[in-house]
Amino acid sequence: MDYSFVFLILLLPALTFVVLGLAGMKMSHKVAGLIGTTSLGIVTVLSYYTAFCYFTAGRGADGTFATLVPYNFTWLPLGALNFDLGILLDPISVMMLIVISTVSLMVHIYSFGYMHGEKGFQRYYAFLSLFTMSMLGLVVATNIFQMYLFWELVGVSSYLLIGFYYPLHAAVAASKKAFIVTRFADMFFLIGILLFGYYTNSFSFSFAGDIVMGNGAAPFIPVDVVKAVAAGGFIIPTALVLMFIGGAGKSAMFPLHIWLPDAMEGPTPVSALIHAATMVVAGVFQIARMFPLWIEYAPEQMSIVVYVGVFTAFYAAAVACAQSDIKRVLAFSTISQIAFMMVALGVCLPGHEAVLDNHAQLGYMASMFHLFTHAMFKACLFLGAGCIIHAVHSNEMSAMGGLRKYMPVTHITFLISCLAISGIPPFSGFFSKDEIITACFAYSPVVGWIMTGIAAMTAFYMFRLYYGIFWGTENKELHAHHTPHEAPLTMTVPLIILSVITITCGWAVNFGSFVSASGQDYQIHLDTQVAVTSCVIAVISIALATYIYKGEKQPVADMLYRRFPKLHRAAYKRFYMDEVYMFVTHKIIFRLVSTPIAWFDRHVVDGTFDFLAWGANEGGESMRGWQSGDVRHYAVWFLSGAVALTLVLLCI
Amino acid sequence: MNYSQFLNMIPEATLMAVLVIVFVADFVSAGRKERRWFNPLVCLLMLAQVLVSFVQTDAVSAFGGMYVTSPSANVMKTILAAGTLIVLIQSRNWLSRPDTSFKEGEFYELVVSTLLGMNMMMSAGHFLLFFIGLEMASVPMACLVALDKYRHHSAEAAAKFILTATFSSGVMLYGISFLYGSVGTLYFDDVAKLLAAGTGNLTMCIMGMVFFFSGLGFKISLVPFHFWTADTYQGAPTTVTGYLSVISKGAAAFTLMAILMKVFAPLTEYWTNMLYIVIVLSITIANLFAIRQSELKRFMAFSSISQAGYIMLAVIGNSAAGVTALSYYVLVYVVANMAVFSVISVVEENNGGVTDMDAYNGFYRTNPKLAFLMTLALFSLAGIPPFAGMFSKFFIFMAAAQQGSAAAYAVVFIALINTVISLYYYLLIVKAMYIKDSDKALPTFKSDCNTKLALAICTAGIALFGVCSCVYDWIAMAS
Repeated sequence: MDYSFVFLILLLPALTFVVLGLAGMKMSHKVAGLIGTTSLGIVTVLSYYTAFCYFTAGRGADGTFATLVPYNFTWLPLGALNFDLGILLDPISVMMLIVISTVSLMVHIYSFGYMHGEKGFQRYYAFLSLFTMSMLGLVVATNIFQMYLFWELVGVSSYLLIGFYYPLHAAVAASKKAFIVTRFADMFFLIGILLFGYYTNSFSFSFAGDIVMGNGAAPFIPVDVVKAVAAGGFIIPTALVLMFIGGAGKSAMFPLHIWLPDAMEGPTPVSALIHAATMVVAGVFQIARMFPLWIEYAPEQMSIVVYVGVFTAFYAAAVACAQSDIKRVLAFSTISQIAFMMVALGVCLPGHEAVLDNHAQLGYMASMFHLFTHAMFKACLFLGAGCIIHAVHSNEMSAMGGLRKYMPVTHITFLISCLAISGIPPFSGFFSKDEIITACFAYSPVVGWIMTGIAAMTAFYMFRLYYGIFWGTENKELHAHHTPHEAPLTMTVPLIILSVITITCGWAVNFGSFVSASGQDYQIHLDTQVAVTSCVIAVISIALATYIYKGEKQPVADMLYRRFPKLHRAAYKRFYMDEVYMFVTHKIIFRLVSTPIAWFDRHVVDGTFDFLAWGANEGGESMRGWQSGDVRHYAVWFLSGAVALTLVLLCI
Repeated sequence: MNYSQFLNMIPEATLMAVLVIVFVADFVSAGRKERRWFNPLVCLLMLAQVLVSFVQTDAVSAFGGMYVTSPSANVMKTILAAGTLIVLIQSRNWLSRPDTSFKEGEFYELVVSTLLGMNMMMSAGHFLLFFIGLEMASVPMACLVALDKYRHHSAEAAAKFILTATFSSGVMLYGISFLYGSVGTLYFDDVAKLLAAGTGNLTMCIMGMVFFFSGLGFKISLVPFHFWTADTYQGAPTTVTGYLSVISKGAAAFTLMAILMKVFAPLTEYWTNMLYIVIVLSITIANLFAIRQSELKRFMAFSSISQAGYIMLAVIGNSAAGVTALSYYVLVYVVANMAVFSVISVVEENNGGVTDMDAYNGFYRTNPKLAFLMTLALFSLAGIPPFAGMFSKFFIFMAAAQQGSAAAYAVVFIALINTVISLYYYLLIVKAMYIKDSDKALPTFKSDCNTKLALAICTAGIALFGVCSCVYDWIAMAS
């Protein structure tokens, strides 16, 4: 099979970005949107075709899908270490192609309705194309350096899209915050990459197939023994943890999560695409990509991933229970769910053989599976939220309530996604979350029970949200003034498609046949005990949420609110994390570090350079006479210069 | 003698053919008012010449070692032919004026014959052929400078050029005669062998080498052989200045490197020391002059002197990487400098011949596109990423630093500091165009399609040569 057409998947959105970016303003909204959507449609078809060919081509002799590199050219040769650009196809990158192109296409279609008549419509589509190109490039990267390039590009496009409504102060602040926080994390990523590259003489991902492991032996290029031993010892774990910090920034892990809730200032379809389905899972993808190295060299350090993940999952779920802005609830729910994926990767245990029997590396498959299902139902939730905001012109739950009568399609699809994220069978979320929790139990029962508890919280806050929007107290005054209406077809069709995927993809396909840690075919089977437990807990949580939030009057909720005002306030304020950051940056860093440095810069550094510049200027002025314009002088200087050079050479 | 050997000299033979065709075409159509086909014809011929040089890659030796060419020399010939093509495309605007149109053919013939001379110079295997090539490039160049002979400036510039050129040729021949006196041959290979064997008086050889160097240093305009540069660049017609600053300089730099590395290899220690001195002087002094310069062509003259210093850094490396870096630097320098000169030229045409920096005040408001292209070119010259100039500087510095001695590092460091200064004065123009305002800003004008084409080629080069590694690889493969 020839995969040479795959470059089109990257090229088309890039071209679309250029065309729309340069000529978009001369087009009508409709034409610009059509160009963007058509090109993305072709990309989607190509991605599906690639996936079809890739997975039907069959497994190799060792039972795994072949890792293909249709393109790889050296961009910058630097001796032993090269910067390459290319395309890598393996199960996870092909799976990501599907996720990204599907969600992106849905968002492209949806935005026709949602962004209708917005100023800057063409710019919006141009940025969407840029983002899609970067994200696709990230997942098909053949080496960690290329991944980093596209990693930064998605950061930039996220920045541009969060700040899409740039006249609004909040949007500008949010985009800056997102960019600075993720950039700060990326600094560690870069250091990790450089450490890794320096010691292993390679940026390439090709270790995945043929890693040779010995204790401190040289796995990569055995020329430089000192470097190789260092790499096998502490360098690779350190580099991996540094890279994880970068991934934690992008994937909004505590304490680097602070940018994601604010990023909701961007248009809602953007939140669905970037801040729920694709970009924020880049950190998870990165760990999955480096997984063979983690397992081989840094099994102990994996526990860092677990702890960060567990805490983030809990923290975000707790905050989500108290938010009133529906997009913020979804944002914290996203953070919590990504943390689930992180935990799932972290709980994998080392050991190559006998993987399939003892569930040791089940987490890898579970994480990717959850990434896939979560992308679909979370995108559906966000797009649904977009429809609601479109209808009531507010993000606050107080403006909603009782919307089920007005918006039947949105209501049903939202409910389906809520059931999926809560882990109710037969929706997709049940299957993937169940695998994650099974993997956690295999790692440690404590982690397993904690994650089960967080899953219960998930069900609770999602149904709190659901009842708050569609049932509960209706804001009749507002709705009389402006009756909510169902969204147009361009917006509801993506919802329907995504919810159909959510209903079916859990049981219709065996995800383990496509992606698994060892690459072998893995039959997913439900662990009865875990499945029943988590189901029961989810149902209880939903029942609790129903009891508290469904009615017109909500005595229990009001009572709880009165009883624990401080706790509610703290959760509503996200446990004051933003305030902590403000304190650390403004009070400590700015005052103690930045102010003295600024003084030094202004007086010592500037002074030195001002002096040098003044000297150069004066030097130029005083030399002017030398260039006299008299040819005889020139000849004299010429000859004396030549003679002087000769003398100097003879003397030294 | 076997005359079929001429056929081995493909780039030179085709260039000769181009020259004859242009001459005949000019002769036949002389006196006609409108010769709209003339410039396209010459450009097409030049394009063919570029392709011929591009295809020709083998090392050839003819006439008993008089004519020697290497793959790297062929690459350089291709680059120079391409640069000449840009000059020819861009010259049309200037040559369509009533007071210049009758000289159109003359200009083309002179340009092609200088290029022929440079090609001969680059593929010489003997000092005499080298000298003939040099003069073949030099004498028509003086005519080019004097093309606008009824303008006082142009005539003065040509006089200064030819006088100093004669002087430098004299000094150079003197040096070559020293060399002949001590080793008894002028074939490059033999000189190298005899020098390595220790034949002849070392003092005489060094003196010969320095004097020889001063002759080429004059062409490249290295300090202290640079004095003619400012006056000549300022007085010559702008298109000729552009040609002089890139093509002539590139050819001479390449030849100098080849000869230093090949012929004077036994004296490497001496000429590296000499280069350290000359490079530091060239870059620093030219920068100091440029800071205070407000006449744009004169300014570009000093800029080109300092760029020459950077080019010479590649020679310090004394390695294949150095050869690649030099050719690549020249290539990038050609596109960037030609872009600047195209803008200067088109502004001059619309401004009654004034090339003062003040004329550019408020240029961005009236001609944003040209101002933008000019900015890109200046950024490339200053070496700001991601433009090609940054990459070429990087490779040059790398080649020099790889030589490894403390002095080489020191020179690279001084050159790095000087890039900061150069950034300052390049930005002065940008500042004039974007920030300074003026009531007398140039009116908005449309440039003709030839200028547009030339600018498009140059801008594409500035933007792409850096990021497309294939360009560097192509050069590296040959050297």
